[in-house]
Amino acid sequence: MKRLSVYLMAGRETPELAEAAVAGGADLLEIGFPFSDPLADGPVIRLAGERALAEGMRTGACLECLADVRARVDVPLIPMTYASILEAYGYERFQADTEQAGATSLIVADLPLEAAPELRRVQLVAPTTPDERIKLAAERTDGWLYLVSLTGTTGARATVSEQLAGLVERARGVTAVPLLAGFGISTPEQAAAAAALADGIVVGSRAVEIAHENDAGALREYVASLRSAVDAAQPAVA
Amino acid sequence: MNVELVQGFYGAYGGRYVPETLVPALDELEGGWSEVKDDPGFRTELEGLHATYVGRPTPLYRAERVGAGKSIYLKREDLCHTGAHKINNALGQALIARRLGKQRIVAETGAGQHGVAAATVCARFGMECVVYMGSEDMERQKPNVERMHLLGAEVRPVEFGTRTLKEATSEAIRDWITNVETTHYMIGSCVGPHPYPELVRELQSVIGHEAREQILAAEGRLPDAVVACVGGGSNAIGLFAGFLDDEQVRLVGVEAAGAASLGSGRPGVLHGARSSLLADEDGQIADAHSISAGLDYPGVGPEHAFLRDTGRAEYLAATDEEALTAFHLLAEREGIIPALEPAHALVRALDLDAEVVLVGLSGRGDKDLATVLSR
Repeated sequence: MKRLSVYLMAGRETPELAEAAVAGGADLLEIGFPFSDPLADGPVIRLAGERALAEGMRTGACLECLADVRARVDVPLIPMTYASILEAYGYERFQADTEQAGATSLIVADLPLEAAPELRRVQLVAPTTPDERIKLAAERTDGWLYLVSLTGTTGARATVSEQLAGLVERARGVTAVPLLAGFGISTPEQAAAAAALADGIVVGSRAVEIAHENDAGALREYVASLRSAVDAAQPAVA
Repeated sequence: MNVELVQGFYGAYGGRYVPETLVPALDELEGGWSEVKDDPGFRTELEGLHATYVGRPTPLYRAERVGAGKSIYLKREDLCHTGAHKINNALGQALIARRLGKQRIVAETGAGQHGVAAATVCARFGMECVVYMGSEDMERQKPNVERMHLLGAEVRPVEFGTRTLKEATSEAIRDWITNVETTHYMIGSCVGPHPYPELVRELQSVIGHEAREQILAAEGRLPDAVVACVGGGSNAIGLFAGFLDDEQVRLVGVEAAGAASLGSGRPGVLHGARSSLLADEDGQIADAHSISAGLDYPGVGPEHAFLRDTGRAEYLAATDEEALTAFHLLAEREGIIPALEPAHALVRALDLDAEVVLVGLSGRGDKDLATVLSR
């Protein structure tokens, strides 16, 4: 079965939203710990981060949020953040305390392979990543590999990146770990197209936007629409 | 003293903290840079353009009517083409970008001096140029925005966050992530992921090497102190580069009091490197505040953080008011209108307990007239 991961920014509403996302069919949740200067993020997640920081979502509050989410859902939970947060909190301490709060792994958007090698985390690879490097990332990654499906920042796009198919093919050539594709996937059609190539997909900006503009019910419906699309996805014919 | 770079780190500072998409581009840049830095052909071309296009060597001028009781020398980078030291770096990076086959340049700018330098070299080499600039900076540095337009660059306003250099830099990096195959990121200071801090320092070291020869010719000895303003720190690191091995020469960096990344910062990660930053205890980057747009930045080059920790360089601060006083002093006594950035350096140079002091006059003040006249 193809996997569906949903990203939500940490905040007051997040535990309720997390429950709705899982009810809609999410297999995995990424919880954003906001950072003031998020280089990998487009406008939607950047603004969500600004709102979260304005409501006081610093590291301590994010850990509490994570624990509250854990109390409500059983799926794997992965905090996603930036190196500056770990620098300030301490890498080991961050790993220990997120785990204590219920996290199953970590994603750090600006820690490439070579940085902090002792920190167990999901590694990201991009269309620009050479094959040998994909192999190394797959060896070091924690459970699955995050395929950044395009050269760019997070956020909805009109179509699934044409770069994704090539990236999946290159990754399949060097590793057997599951591949989840993210960045630029927002509609059920795009979810189906990306899931036909990879082992699962990650949806972030659109989920954050819906959660912000509507309510938990709307998020559940949106995730359910992605779930159906992902489940119906047929493997791409070579 | 040798500053040794180990896997892109100066001691505990530097490195590469970037999204994976950029790592191969940084590898490519590092490869290109290591090819050209010892290539006589590259050196010859760069030195030729220094002489005929930039106006190097820039003079070392003894400012006799300021600093009673001491000898103040000004390294006149304000006399460079485009009016600041930024052209040294922009020119070198344009030559590297051309070798790497990149036809599109993105850059960030605060005071506008680096943006103008980038736009200038792009005009000279026929490259497309996009400059990101905070909308607040566009307001306070209007003449430079107009210059960039005249030079054919596109200036993209950055409308979020502090609307200053920090956000402009983030936005330039995001553009680079998106257009990495065709684009070279022409960073303006000795900040950012490896190899940028080293590359920018080497391209700016011409300031220090010239200054050392010139002061020896003028005084027959080395200066007691070398003083430069520090925002990101490129003119300071370039000037210091000439004197790092002369242990008797004090190296003094001067930060804006409201943007003292070295004086009151803590270790953190911003814009791809680990350095000393203005950040809170959770690692969230704080806002900097300075009258001078070029110093209004919460980070600083990693080599400066290293030089501070080792004690080889010391870092002081000057307030907006002190900088304005020095600005007027230099204008009225010497007939030189400095940029507000090096006016900070002049403040501390004048009260330093030293006899012969060499000050980096990194740029001219035309761009700051509106700011100064409104005070």
